[in-house]
Amino acid sequence: MAAATSLPEAELAKALVMEPVEPSHWLIILPIAWCIMFGAVLIALRKSTDRQPLIALPGLGGLVLMTGLLLKVVVDNGPITMTMGRWLPPFGIAFTVDIMGALFAFAGAIAALAAGIYALKEVDSSSRRYGFYPFLLLMMAGVTGAFLTGDIFNLYVWFEVLLIASFGLLILGSEHEQIDGAMKYAILNLMGTTLFLIATGYLYSIFGTLNMADIAVRSKEMTDAAPLMTLASLYLLAFAMKAAAFPVNFWLPASYHTPRVAVAGVFAGLLTKVGVYALIRTLIMLLPAGHRELGFVLELVAASTMIVGVLGALAQNDARRMFGYLVISGIGVMLAGIALGTQDALSGAVFYALHSMIAMLAIYLLGGVANKLSGTHELSWMGGLYGKSPLSAVFALAIFFSIAGLPPFSGFWPKVMLVKASFESQDWWLAGTILLTGFLTTITLGRFFALAWWRPGLAGQAGETLPAKMDTSAMIAVAALVVVITGFGVLPNGLMALTDKAAEGVLNPAAYIQSVFPEGAPEQ
Amino acid sequence: MNTLIFRTMAPYLTALMVLFSVFVLLRGHNMPGGGFIGGLIAASAFAIQGIAGGVAAVRRALWFHPMAISAAGLFFAGFAGLMSIPFEVPFMTALWVFPKFFGTEVALSTPLLFDIGVYLVVTGSITSIALALEEREDL
Repeated sequence: MAAATSLPEAELAKALVMEPVEPSHWLIILPIAWCIMFGAVLIALRKSTDRQPLIALPGLGGLVLMTGLLLKVVVDNGPITMTMGRWLPPFGIAFTVDIMGALFAFAGAIAALAAGIYALKEVDSSSRRYGFYPFLLLMMAGVTGAFLTGDIFNLYVWFEVLLIASFGLLILGSEHEQIDGAMKYAILNLMGTTLFLIATGYLYSIFGTLNMADIAVRSKEMTDAAPLMTLASLYLLAFAMKAAAFPVNFWLPASYHTPRVAVAGVFAGLLTKVGVYALIRTLIMLLPAGHRELGFVLELVAASTMIVGVLGALAQNDARRMFGYLVISGIGVMLAGIALGTQDALSGAVFYALHSMIAMLAIYLLGGVANKLSGTHELSWMGGLYGKSPLSAVFALAIFFSIAGLPPFSGFWPKVMLVKASFESQDWWLAGTILLTGFLTTITLGRFFALAWWRPGLAGQAGETLPAKMDTSAMIAVAALVVVITGFGVLPNGLMALTDKAAEGVLNPAAYIQSVFPEGAPEQ
Repeated sequence: MNTLIFRTMAPYLTALMVLFSVFVLLRGHNMPGGGFIGGLIAASAFAIQGIAGGVAAVRRALWFHPMAISAAGLFFAGFAGLMSIPFEVPFMTALWVFPKFFGTEVALSTPLLFDIGVYLVVTGSITSIALALEEREDL
């Protein structure tokens, strides 16, 4: 095979990547292609519902392995880039992976694998026929693509991919309630992505490039603040919608309680974090000038998201709605880190996002277990879970402590980092809000634990036949997640060092730019 | 819609449109056309046949389920990108071969395979939607 051209090498080198690709760089694109191809196979086999998990789980396991290797490569060698179809950036679409992207992709893959295992029992064969596993794999293609791409329009495309797959997941079973939830979800998210697209069009007309490294270079050279401010505000609104930050958060509790627990867990764990990731990328790395101007707005949004989220959670009787509000409250904590924008604060925000991916999935899965054992989602009817399954009480305590931010679990350290960072930036009230939110979250989850686990079982449900203990697959999935959050709670140093480096890489993207343009950025 | 004229013409129209869709697919590399638009033409051909002769007949004639056709297309598209691994060039780099069949040079390439993948994805998914909607009307 040969390139269909008669141009000399020297001419070609101006437009094409000429040096052979290093084998390790294939890890950039392989996780995405892998997910898409596994998704394709699963669509073809959608009728043999027994065989689907046998293919999907190795697929998700492979994704964990590949993203883990990718993280190792990036930590060892710094950011790496592959340009699609060998066209040189900024014209070719570049996939650039730095530590932050690799960390998010790795945590996302772990969460998806756990949800896939949990779904073995929970998602029945009719939902499997509707396509739970194919949609999960295709959504992971979108999520991983969003974390690994180095091109802002391509980021939009991955948003669409994960959004379309998530619509499919949301309505598995086609129940009336689900269609209602899906409508709210779809309309709000489509508005968000449309706004993202408009902002990207505007960005292209300002900078004449869509490559993130190129934009990062040019926005630093830009002296006129007005366009940067406009862009930053538009992106802030678009991604805040995606992440469910305060004034635009109402779609999340309105839709996340309707789908299957495994689906809601993956959504809560991954999709809002994609919004947070995109916010960090655009506001901190691409438009730092806009971020400085918007700092106070961001702080207000962060504080109100935290408080509104946790107060909402405190008021709910339906466990799944309560989890939805807890997700929102967690988003507020991450936004606080983004608002402060110092290296320590960002490091805390990234750590919190990774913790939240795992812990939020875990609490949804735990909610599914509680529902199975007690036959209800209502807190007022749950009870007697401690007597039924002491193991679930252990899991529940670990997960609740972690989400409330109590030691020795993974939620504690990022909150310490964030509070410390806000003291350093003299933002006493932001630090106070984070601590107050932690306190209120403790009350919320303590109430849940007291009602569902400590309280003796209610007589009203004696007639129903309920399973006596947890499903094995659910137990394995929740146990694995609990091990992760406890592990990073007891030994946070390794991850802290990584998130520190990730924050440094975003604040000072020299290495990122170097990996896209080894010979320096092109002249305008 | 079920008139005699339409029912008589529909098979010819469908055959012609499917043929044309393949033509549009193949000319798409350098000229207007390509997998997406070709797939749309093929899907409308099947939809027309579905209206005229009933959905069941179309499903039998297609042999594969439309969703399976989509899945195959998605797989081809992914595979076309991965073919660049042994050649040490980045993902989705265009690779060409020019074999001779009966004295005629035929240009085969990974972009063509990718385009066939797109064609199958669009044909499969749009046909699947169209046939499902037409089935509802029959009830």
